[in-house]
Amino acid sequence: MSTHQVESTPQVHTKHAVHIVPVPVYLGVFFALVIGTIATWQIALIDLGRWNAVVALTIAVTKATLVVLFFMHVKYSPKLTKLVVVAGIFWLLILLSITECDLLTRTWMGVPGR
Amino acid sequence: MLTATQAPAKKESYLTDGYGLKSWLLTSDHKRIAILYLISITFFFFIGGLFAAMIRLELATPAGDLLESDTYNKMFTMHGVVMIFFFLIPSIPATLGNFLIPPMIGAKDLAFPKINLLSWYIYVVGGIFTLYVMVTGGLDTGWTFYTPFSTTYSNTKVMAAAVGIFIAGFSSILTGLNFIVTIHRMRAPGLSWFRLPLFVWANYATAMIQILGTPVVAVTIVLVAMERGLHIGIFDPALGGDPVLFQHLFWFYSHPAVYIMILPSMGVISEIISTFTRRRPFGYTFIAFSSVAIAVFGFLVWGHHLFVSSQSVYAGMVFSVLSYIVAIPSAIKVFNWTSTMYKGSVVLSTPMLYAIGFIGLFTIGGLTGLFLACLGMDVHLTDTYFVVAHFHYVMVGGAIMGYLSGLHFWWPKMTGRMYPALWSKVAAVIVFLGFNLTFFPQFILGFLGMPRRYHVYPPEFQVYNVLSSAGASILGLGYLIPFVYLMWSLKYGKPAGPNPWGATGLEWQIPSPPPTENFEVTPVVTGEAYEYHAQEVVEVG
Amino acid sequence: MASHATALRHHFENPDQQQEASSLGMWVFLLTEIMFFGGMFMAYLAYRQAYPESFAAGSAKLNVTLGMANTLVLIGSSLTMALAVRSAAAGKSNKVIVVFLILTLFLGSVFLGIKAKEYHDKWIHHEVPGANFHPDEWPKGVDMSHASLYFGLYFGMTGLHATHMVVGVGLLLFLIIKAGRGAYSPAWHTPVEMVGLYWHFVDIVWIFLFPLLYLIDPNFGRQ
Repeated sequence: MSTHQVESTPQVHTKHAVHIVPVPVYLGVFFALVIGTIATWQIALIDLGRWNAVVALTIAVTKATLVVLFFMHVKYSPKLTKLVVVAGIFWLLILLSITECDLLTRTWMGVPGR
Repeated sequence: MLTATQAPAKKESYLTDGYGLKSWLLTSDHKRIAILYLISITFFFFIGGLFAAMIRLELATPAGDLLESDTYNKMFTMHGVVMIFFFLIPSIPATLGNFLIPPMIGAKDLAFPKINLLSWYIYVVGGIFTLYVMVTGGLDTGWTFYTPFSTTYSNTKVMAAAVGIFIAGFSSILTGLNFIVTIHRMRAPGLSWFRLPLFVWANYATAMIQILGTPVVAVTIVLVAMERGLHIGIFDPALGGDPVLFQHLFWFYSHPAVYIMILPSMGVISEIISTFTRRRPFGYTFIAFSSVAIAVFGFLVWGHHLFVSSQSVYAGMVFSVLSYIVAIPSAIKVFNWTSTMYKGSVVLSTPMLYAIGFIGLFTIGGLTGLFLACLGMDVHLTDTYFVVAHFHYVMVGGAIMGYLSGLHFWWPKMTGRMYPALWSKVAAVIVFLGFNLTFFPQFILGFLGMPRRYHVYPPEFQVYNVLSSAGASILGLGYLIPFVYLMWSLKYGKPAGPNPWGATGLEWQIPSPPPTENFEVTPVVTGEAYEYHAQEVVEVG
Repeated sequence: MASHATALRHHFENPDQQQEASSLGMWVFLLTEIMFFGGMFMAYLAYRQAYPESFAAGSAKLNVTLGMANTLVLIGSSLTMALAVRSAAAGKSNKVIVVFLILTLFLGSVFLGIKAKEYHDKWIHHEVPGANFHPDEWPKGVDMSHASLYFGLYFGMTGLHATHMVVGVGLLLFLIIKAGRGAYSPAWHTPVEMVGLYWHFVDIVWIFLFPLLYLIDPNFGRQ
């Protein structure tokens, strides 16, 4: 491939301004997390059958999203960071969902020969 | 154009930049770390080969007359553990990848040089655990550690082996992490993704698998250790556990692991084919995307190892379809390589001999994988020698041939020396012939029903087994010869110039061997990769 | 006050490239952690759906109050950690950065202390899998036959989490010492950011562990 040597190092990366998140935002997220925690506990005391797990996990996912977006600055991060986060969640879901596919369908079809 | 007989410059290279053990053991130079890895993995390759020799010796006769069954179990287990975790998985990434990725992208080093060195030390510690297991009684669970045998019933060194593999896994993760960050953040100005050499794409895809898959097998090993120590019942049916769950967690990594083993070799082949046909690879973009496609789809097919495990038949069908789909990107590569060669100016150098061998053998290995991906056929073929032959065709006929091809191709760059051309070609042919004699009869054996992991077999299978064992001795010879002449070349080989093959790529524009910082000034890339114009080939080595 | 510019490593072209590389490196590492914990979550998922009663019975033996306390403590520590990173980025004095880091360390230690108490309680009630495992039966003949699976996963998951907390505490000590010496400034505070990312991740794991382990059925056995 054609190249040429240059004296000075060319501008490779633009200087990104460090984004300072205002303290009220952090406090807001904190209180949301606290409320979410109390809500998880209180709702768990009510018998919703199968929906208990769904509600608890929904609140947990919401809390985690707040931590990721604000405490971990992903909202203000480059696209690549966001891609890495999404990839991680996606791969975890591959593991959980396809294994579940086996666990849930074992009785669907017989075994050859029986 | 530089001639190859130019004497090596008196300038300092990475080899002469500091002498003594400490300068090597505390280096942060990616090139020196690559050499450290090269030495270690070669050591483990020969150890794994010794276990293979024991296996083939025993199987030359139908009766179990050389080894007891328990000892034989340890032989194939240790052969698998050593070859997979301590040779194949690190092989190309940790040696050629470590050495070449920074120069190929115009960088001075990887993103995290000290983590690179740490990854080697971690590998060595894992290796020491494995050596400890070998000398204190071995492991007999199969490299696959299936439960509940490994968790409850085996009385061999399961815990120590598990710890060794757990540790080696971290080495793999750190290498992958380093490559991903390096390739994203340290490319030279002008080096966009689609100007990258295909070797870099291949290692990037490999790194994706290393970081996403290895942690799962790591935590699975933790669970096996917990089960073995505390009997919580997680994989023991007697206590309510599900052995198939172990297999899911294990193969979630171990299937993508085979793509860790083959993708870098495919990257090597792309480089070799283009250099020795003087052509840009046909369908560069397709080859690049297919590497990533293999990495992604490779994570969706693990259940094809569980077809007869009592996994749900419905899930088996899903995995079967996905396993057929995952073959497509590999096939795309094979078609692209052969199209590159069509009407190209082919030079039959040693790396090219290995590469052509790779294409043929990998194709056979890959196609036989499709036989196994078919649910119905797998019921007949699974746990037979057909499977053994299939994976050796891809792992040895594919991955190892690719490794040898790359080692020969970049040997002049790494050492500044050429190796003797005649001996290297003779060895390549011996490897090819020995390999086929060893493993082709095993397809027939498997189809006829000979089970794997057995040290005895019915007398009617002996002919094929003897052919296979004979082939193994030839293959072993074929591996020994390069070891000898490559070592010889370090002192007596003809000095090599920066670009003995007339190849394109940034790594061929720096001296052989390169200086520690690779480039005095960061290059700026203005053209596409593989800009071949009928350049002279200076060496036919 | 930054006494020196970022320690630019020789293989990087400029400090921005170095910071971006470190950040991507930490995120890729966290990706591996997601998959690492993920394997145990898969095992948990498999066995909770296979043995719901044993899991509920085992879970009901956990102290929800301590679990809640730990959750709130960890969320608080995430806040103080975020404020520590912010202080470094915004150029606050060393003292401010150190105070927030020490608060984070303190809350993290409280978490570990409460965890130690919980583990101790389990030990004396024979709820630790192994040779001494014989938890008290529920009076109504509830199916506890697979309780060892629940408790094994409880210790595995919280133990793995606690190990990560201990590492985090070590990293915080390192940061506190460095921050005290004025190492961090708006121009260079990457280590604080990186430890912050790690700390928040460990917090997120606990956000999931709490409902999954403690709140399967808090009313179990109380009718």
